[in-house]
Amino acid sequence: MIRLDIVSKSYKIDEETTFYALKDATLEIKEKEFISIIGPSGSGKSTLMHLIGLLDKPSQGELIIQNKKISKLDDDQISSLRNEFVGFVFQQFNLIPKLTVLENILLPTIYARKKLDYNPTEKAIELLKKFGLFEKRNTYPNKISGGQQQRVAILRALIMEPKLILADEPTGNLDTKTGREIMELLKELNEKEGMTIAVVTHEADIAKYGKRIVNVRDGKIVK
Amino acid sequence: MYYFIFIIRTAFEDFKRSKLQTFLTSLGIMIGVFAVIMLTALGLGLKKYISDQFDSLGTNTLFIAPGKILEGGSFGASSLLGNRFDVKDLNRLKRVKNITGIAPLSSKSGEAKGTEKSEFVSIFFTSEDFFDITGFSIENGRFFDNTDVEKRSKVLVAGPKIAEKLFGSEIEAIGKKVAIDNVNFLIIGVIKSKGGGGFGGPDYDSYFFGPYTTGYIYNPDKQFIRFAIKAEEKIPLATVKDQINKEMLRRYEEDDFSIVEPTEILSVVNSIFGIMNIVLVAIASISLLVGGIGIMNIMYVTVSDKTREIGIRRAIGARRKDILFQFLIEGIALSIIGGTFGLILAFIGVLIVQNFFPAYIDLPSVLLALGVSSAIGIIFGVLPARKAANLEPVEAIRYE
Repeated sequence: MIRLDIVSKSYKIDEETTFYALKDATLEIKEKEFISIIGPSGSGKSTLMHLIGLLDKPSQGELIIQNKKISKLDDDQISSLRNEFVGFVFQQFNLIPKLTVLENILLPTIYARKKLDYNPTEKAIELLKKFGLFEKRNTYPNKISGGQQQRVAILRALIMEPKLILADEPTGNLDTKTGREIMELLKELNEKEGMTIAVVTHEADIAKYGKRIVNVRDGKIVK
Repeated sequence: MYYFIFIIRTAFEDFKRSKLQTFLTSLGIMIGVFAVIMLTALGLGLKKYISDQFDSLGTNTLFIAPGKILEGGSFGASSLLGNRFDVKDLNRLKRVKNITGIAPLSSKSGEAKGTEKSEFVSIFFTSEDFFDITGFSIENGRFFDNTDVEKRSKVLVAGPKIAEKLFGSEIEAIGKKVAIDNVNFLIIGVIKSKGGGGFGGPDYDSYFFGPYTTGYIYNPDKQFIRFAIKAEEKIPLATVKDQINKEMLRRYEEDDFSIVEPTEILSVVNSIFGIMNIVLVAIASISLLVGGIGIMNIMYVTVSDKTREIGIRRAIGARRKDILFQFLIEGIALSIIGGTFGLILAFIGVLIVQNFFPAYIDLPSVLLALGVSSAIGIIFGVLPARKAANLEPVEAIRYE
């Protein structure tokens, strides 16, 4: 589904020195997989996740998503892929404070280019009910708990029915118990709905939820 | 469609959350639009006022004045010199064909004693034709007539304002004696108000009018400052002008007199005020520019404040143009809010001014105001919006 072919991300510091945030990474994520990407901070795991999530472009190498070479796509097409193919879950939840819970969940559908074969609002309401957040639909993000915010973020990631959920330290801002609940939720999505999930973390406990663990150290995929 | 509503709503949600900031930002545009619309309205009013003044003279009217009044489309200086016409000229002009009325004019100012109080007044001494040429009508009593002119009767027709000032009311004035510089006159009529005055035009309502022959008391040389002439309606005015010109040239040089159609003066006056108005509006437009810069400034701040939000939106699929559009709409909305309030303020201003002066707002200036404010929103919003749109998603989302 996603393949990284000897991908590097480098930054020129000065004329002679180039810093490699990620060097010669090769990785394939298959459909319905639950993969954990683990590494200490500064290891390059965030860069890896930004590349997979199409927020950043590789300096060298090729990223292939559903048999499409990303280097061949323009900004609009990449934006559409971000919209339809990936669902993001962030450490800081990243909900938009001035929008209600329901509006936050619906936000990706505003930017949708493809015709949706479902009514977005109905689907959002259905998801809210399923996740026990229906009562909070007209509340603003700052009025609900961190765990609830992260669940809203997951719902926002799900609304476009993406192929991949990409979670960057999804438990980083939550207490252990709530963090575990969120991971259980992701696990359930993977097992019951067959959703492909990639979690980036520095915690071994969290990484364990994954069926495959990829280690990133000093900008290289170790194993 | 839903997309547009959402984007526009997003902009207005922002404004609701920072009402004071929104108000202050759009204040510049508000003042600019107010100033431009207000000045345009005053200009339009002035133009209408002048046209109305000239309209009352009718289309087949001519003036003969000493010196050159209009030179190359502007007012000449020689009209201010003291050349005068006399009775010989009047008699010559009376012989010109196709003239239906002729009114010589001389004037006298002096202290008038009424029953109520004394006032400093002006009298126009003229012929009975004057009332027809200038379109006067009588309110009370009668105009003086040819007999009064021949008999050199000491009668006066009063403007309504002066009649009221001197005698308390227009009716009271009829049949009363008024002494002006020790000469006693009988007031035989009061004209219907002509309005006007105040902006340089003659305030006929405050004048007295008497037979020109009677005026010789003060004017022993029997001189006139001007002739007003009414031409036969069916004859082209140019023909009559020619005939008068020939007659006048028998006695005077080309440069010693002018034959003027009111419409010529009107177009000169209009072009002078038109240029003045354009200059004023141009100066007022500078405040629109300043307002636009204010919007640009606040939009740059907004883009900085919302960097992370831009990152989030990009991460969930917003394209560059979606972000561009969002910020552009916000800038335009700010600008249009200012423009609308400026327009409302100008409407209120014009309503107040209308008590003294016939200012009015026309549709083109409303459309122009709204068009210009949206244009300012676009012009000054596009740079900040482009900055927002060109942010790299990964940089934006990492932004703290």
